[in-house]
Amino acid sequence: MSEIENNISLENIEIELFLQTLKLCYGYDYNNYNFASFKRRMRALKNKVGVSSISEMIPILIHDKQFLETVIDGLSVTMTDMFRDPDVFLNLRNNIFPVLKSYPRIKLWVAGCATGEEVYSLAILLHEEKLLSRSMIYATDVNKKNLEIAESGIFSLDKVPDYTRNYQAAGGKASFSDYYHARYSNAIIPEYLRERVVFNHHNLAVDTCFGEMHLVMCRNVLIYFNTELQNKALNLFYDSLVRGGFLCLGTKESLRAFTQTDKFSTLSNYSRIYQKLSPDVIPLKEFD
Amino acid sequence: MDYQAVLIGCSAGGVNALQIIFQSFLEDFPIPIIVVSHQNIHGKSFLADVLNYSSTLDVCECEEKTVPMANHIYTAPANYHLLIENNGSFSLNIDPKVSFCRPSIDVTFETAAEYYGQALLAVILTGANSDGSNGVRAVKAFGGTVIAQEPLTAEVATMPESAIQTGCVDYIYPLNDIAGKILELINKV
Repeated sequence: MSEIENNISLENIEIELFLQTLKLCYGYDYNNYNFASFKRRMRALKNKVGVSSISEMIPILIHDKQFLETVIDGLSVTMTDMFRDPDVFLNLRNNIFPVLKSYPRIKLWVAGCATGEEVYSLAILLHEEKLLSRSMIYATDVNKKNLEIAESGIFSLDKVPDYTRNYQAAGGKASFSDYYHARYSNAIIPEYLRERVVFNHHNLAVDTCFGEMHLVMCRNVLIYFNTELQNKALNLFYDSLVRGGFLCLGTKESLRAFTQTDKFSTLSNYSRIYQKLSPDVIPLKEFD
Repeated sequence: MDYQAVLIGCSAGGVNALQIIFQSFLEDFPIPIIVVSHQNIHGKSFLADVLNYSSTLDVCECEEKTVPMANHIYTAPANYHLLIENNGSFSLNIDPKVSFCRPSIDVTFETAAEYYGQALLAVILTGANSDGSNGVRAVKAFGGTVIAQEPLTAEVATMPESAIQTGCVDYIYPLNDIAGKILELINKV
């Protein structure tokens, strides 16, 4: 074995020990995350903390409870854009919202909401389709710092040109500038969009379902999981949906890991929108 | 050396360069080819479709959890990093951009270097930034082989120049000779 290969296998052992510590001390289970991504995040965390090896962080993790937040934040740094993949939002608007309109109250769950970009994109769409006042969006994430940022509704003004372009491509009916107030270098989402959102801590790896949802949106979270955890999360989404409810995954995610068959109908292959099947529900026709 | 994968990184001018290289490969190409190309788009990507026209090999976008197969060309999807897992399967993530890029050539090269070791044949083509240079260092450190496009034959020379400056490039070839060199190295000539 060459020196570099030896170093890599030692590093893998250090990561395994770190994972064990995280699980034994705090109940956070990252064992079912894809290893390659996880390893890069562990290395980034090591550099951020300023130690020379991953194992040096283990005693800190055991004895310093404050350190846990730094670790969780470092291990779930997911960030996204408002209206990322605009066609998906256009599809939700044109094909899914007309069905949601038939419900007197609409419950939506954004699972793994990161810093809230998809939550507010959804809120803007609901507002434009006049559904927001009877909607409640449940936004959850495993990272408490993410949730705080999301709840603040503040994002950097630098992002506005990208978000504006995405918003227009998603069939925006107004001007994107209607949906934030600019102050110094930041933009803040107005209160009427934020008041229909409830933020909660939730860990897809260990927590259970918490309500009957009409739409579950979980985009670019499953790509971080191994097949076993993907299956678990998909079961959780299935159990959390009303009959005929909708599931929207990331454009590079699928139901392949889901061990139950014939439980969902595929509505859009590109947008990865699925409908929960049940004998008394006629599924929608497939769209692009 | 028995290579197990060809990994190609490119950016500006990359589509033309890839088309020229892939014209020379036949259906029986014995190992998978993985392409990381920067694409400045925000919706559907047509890179795989475009490359399919000029290649007899099947070109498709990488799907997470699948293992690359011989006589296929795989492209990294726009706006995701592509990683090679420790079981050889593809994995995708949306972690922050690396040197302003997602997909980042460095990310794929570094993870592929760890998995394939000596069995990796990496190629850096035309491009307008230095992404890929750290990746080339990793490929070399794990015993893999690196080819860089001769910068004078590159539409934009920055990327191959930067890779060559690392001192980790084994071969420098003009665009038109790269396909031949790849075939020679994987013993198909």
